[in-house]
Amino acid sequence: MTEPRLVEVRKNVLKQNDVIARALRERFHQAGVFVVSLVSSPGSGKTAFLEKTLTMMRPHHRVAALVGDLATENDAARLARSNAPVKQIITGTVCHLEAAMVENALQDWDLVDLDFLFIENVGNLVCPSSYDLGEDLRLVLMSVTEGEDKPLKYPTIFNSADVAILTKLDLATAVEFNWDQAQRSIQSVRPGMMVINTSAKTEQGMSEFCDFLVRRSRMRAAIAV
Amino acid sequence: MAEEESERRGGVHVSAVHLKLGALSGVVEQALLSSFEMAAEDTSLQGARLLIENIPVRVFCPKCSSERQLTSIQNFSCPVCGAPTPQITCGRELEVTALEIIQ
Repeated sequence: MTEPRLVEVRKNVLKQNDVIARALRERFHQAGVFVVSLVSSPGSGKTAFLEKTLTMMRPHHRVAALVGDLATENDAARLARSNAPVKQIITGTVCHLEAAMVENALQDWDLVDLDFLFIENVGNLVCPSSYDLGEDLRLVLMSVTEGEDKPLKYPTIFNSADVAILTKLDLATAVEFNWDQAQRSIQSVRPGMMVINTSAKTEQGMSEFCDFLVRRSRMRAAIAV
Repeated sequence: MAEEESERRGGVHVSAVHLKLGALSGVVEQALLSSFEMAAEDTSLQGARLLIENIPVRVFCPKCSSERQLTSIQNFSCPVCGAPTPQITCGRELEVTALEIIQ
């Protein structure tokens, strides 16, 4: 039997997803839509946060959302209360969104009609970190009820995100949330990461967050020109 | 992907796949090994070995002006001077680097 021969290939395993994500990013930029994705563990308040964001931004901006979920359409129904266009992506048994799913879901939407597109990922702090969706900004949400060391337990997702959103701040006192410790955990896995404190219920931090998005989208538009 | 490469070369048998796996790739070595075996079944890769080279996270320390290896992905700071090190130079890889083929 002949000796095996070694041939070099150098290929990224996630290449297929990266190729689609790159094409999506290009499309988003050309259409002038700023795309924000949200990742978090299940139950950390992504949908409530997004519903509030859509409701507050809709009078001034053209906003829409895609929402990934394993099985139900409940989240899309909740988000639709904001009167923004919303589409559910049911992933079945897949625990994360991939760029191809986003591409499919956008087939009958005209992106030039939008200023902001939000993509809510499936509640999962593990798998979504490996999949680029073509977004401009990735938010990782963490609720005060989850424990201050969440970033240390899931460093990869925190490292893949751009901004951390602390949610359910209205419950901080009840659960004796230690803000300094949470901040230390975040900065340990992602030095310099911006952290925004919010409560979708009391609206704390929500208008600051919306203003931040508008500023970031203008910055990107300025770079794109 | 490795199968495509084998087909491109005229259906040669692949006896091993070399892969770089970064500590920040989001993929676990053990899970990759077991899913590889399943995926390889009934393909030109059946029975092939998956040889994983683990890549630690390396960062650039702005204070020391040099590249350092992190001791833990829970602590992005320079192991020498302790400065925060947000800039990653490697450790996100999930990359097939080579195939061993039998003609």
